[in-house]
Amino acid sequence: MEDTQVRDKIRNNSAQKKHISDKVMPNFFLLMASLSVLTTLGIVIILVTDASKFFSAVPLTEVFSTELAPLRKDPSFGILPLISGTIITTLIAMLVAVPVGLAAAIYLSQFASDKLRRVFKPMMEVLAGIPTIVYGFFAYSFVTPLLMKIIPSLQAKNALSPGLVMGIMIIPMVASLSEDAMNSVPEIIREGSLGLGATKLETAFKVIIPGAISGIMASIVLALSRAIGETMIVTIASGSSKNFTLDITQSMQTMTAYIVEFTSGDAGSGTLGYYSLYAVGLILFIFTLGINLLAQYISRKYREVY
Amino acid sequence: MISRPKFMIDSQRISNRIRLNNALNYLFSLSTVFSILVLGVLLYQVGLDSMGWLDGQFLTSNLSIFPEKAGIYGAIIGTILMMLIVIPVTIILGVSTAIYLEEYAQKGRLQYLINVNISNLASVPSVIFGLLGLTVFGRLMNLGSSILAGGLTMSLLVLPIVVVAAQEAIRAVPDFLREASYAMGADKWTTVRKVILPVAIPGILTGTILAMSRAIGETAPLVVLGIPTLIMRIPTSVMDDFTVLPIQIYYWTLDAVLKPEYANLAAATIVVLLVILFLMNSVAVIIRNKFQQRF
Repeated sequence: MEDTQVRDKIRNNSAQKKHISDKVMPNFFLLMASLSVLTTLGIVIILVTDASKFFSAVPLTEVFSTELAPLRKDPSFGILPLISGTIITTLIAMLVAVPVGLAAAIYLSQFASDKLRRVFKPMMEVLAGIPTIVYGFFAYSFVTPLLMKIIPSLQAKNALSPGLVMGIMIIPMVASLSEDAMNSVPEIIREGSLGLGATKLETAFKVIIPGAISGIMASIVLALSRAIGETMIVTIASGSSKNFTLDITQSMQTMTAYIVEFTSGDAGSGTLGYYSLYAVGLILFIFTLGINLLAQYISRKYREVY
Repeated sequence: MISRPKFMIDSQRISNRIRLNNALNYLFSLSTVFSILVLGVLLYQVGLDSMGWLDGQFLTSNLSIFPEKAGIYGAIIGTILMMLIVIPVTIILGVSTAIYLEEYAQKGRLQYLINVNISNLASVPSVIFGLLGLTVFGRLMNLGSSILAGGLTMSLLVLPIVVVAAQEAIRAVPDFLREASYAMGADKWTTVRKVILPVAIPGILTGTILAMSRAIGETAPLVVLGIPTLIMRIPTSVMDDFTVLPIQIYYWTLDAVLKPEYANLAAATIVVLLVILFLMNSVAVIIRNKFQQRF
């Protein structure tokens, strides 16, 4: 408390010989800072206004139907194929990323020596820094042909291969965030458990993971949001068929891939197809925003634990 | 013969527990190795595909309908020109925001609002930034799919990374430096400019480089913005249409269905992109290690 008083006095003293810059700069910085809020507002306004044009023209029964054919002469705009495509690829990705990512996190935080950790962690960071377009190329030109040898009925564009590659892409995120959570469980607790004769494995599962559970959950939820919003891998490797199916060997389209496909095609501004982009964008935004807020809520709760 | 103590009877259980511990240790280490192995396979595969395609001619020639003659010169120039917009815009916006939040803002609603907003902005899917760019820069401001529109869209996308890094760097400047500056009679702006920023610059720079490498590798927003498939003309001003390396990879990967050689072109472009990103990250690490000041 005392030092803030001293600082206030100094501040008041120097206020007597204030330069113009001290009046201008705070306002300048505030202006710059408010631009980020403006960006968010801009996103919301744009999505809502243009999506409302779509929703007012297309009846809700059609929106929640399974037929999506925006470029047909008599177009139909059922978004369920996009939602199912998104959920399926995301699910495949999570099935890869969560077990492998958590196992890697447990290994790095509990079992690995310092030396190994110093080798593995930067390598994982490299994995996380690779652009998604590169993963897309990898999925299409390497993973799909490989899977075709195992599953002959697999189509060249399918949901399985981009789902798997997306999972691999997210592993570092789950691993490093979960590892951070595990490392922030106090060392005393860990040593207490080991001192009582528990093995490292028992310590990890019965002491560390319960202690870090909110952080781990937050990492999984964030990974989920990342998978839903991921674009280039699915655009390249899962194709553009608007199938409403559970068959992962088939081509499917996700919400993000629809936006990319439709803008790179010639959707004239002002058409219903053009506004459908914003409707899909709005749904995607609401999905990911909800998930991110959930993750923030979980990790805020977690901070109170220790 | 001495009878065995009672507690030794459990030795079977103990050895089982240890065996389970070791087995899962092995399994978990395999998981870790798996993700590294994928990285290896990916690099190997891309390297193999690009073999014989990545040469001086590839770097210096423009697009061509013949894969053998095609190059990425246009994409390299486009990437450089776009970064000439992204770098100043994100540094000015990002560092100013961080200075405001850390030095000027009073603890309260507004500061909280901006902070929450930035962390949410960081996790908005990049395609949505594409829709923002398409609508605001492309249509409302009539910039089309020019370098300016692309650069501004990308700047907003990576802004949160710079803000968070700059905030951390500024927060790490110890208070006694600020107090010393005020005690010398300096005003706030002078303190920020002459004391805080110079100390925080390595941290800010590291974060900025990481943000730039994200901007160089990001594809989706630019595709949504409507970057055209074929740019035969090299861009000369920020109002020109352009293409960048990831977009080039995208179209060549799609074209690989028609002609397998396009996959080689995509792979060769990936090698160039990864080398650039690797160099940038190395510079970031060097700066972090070299200028890390401890107080």
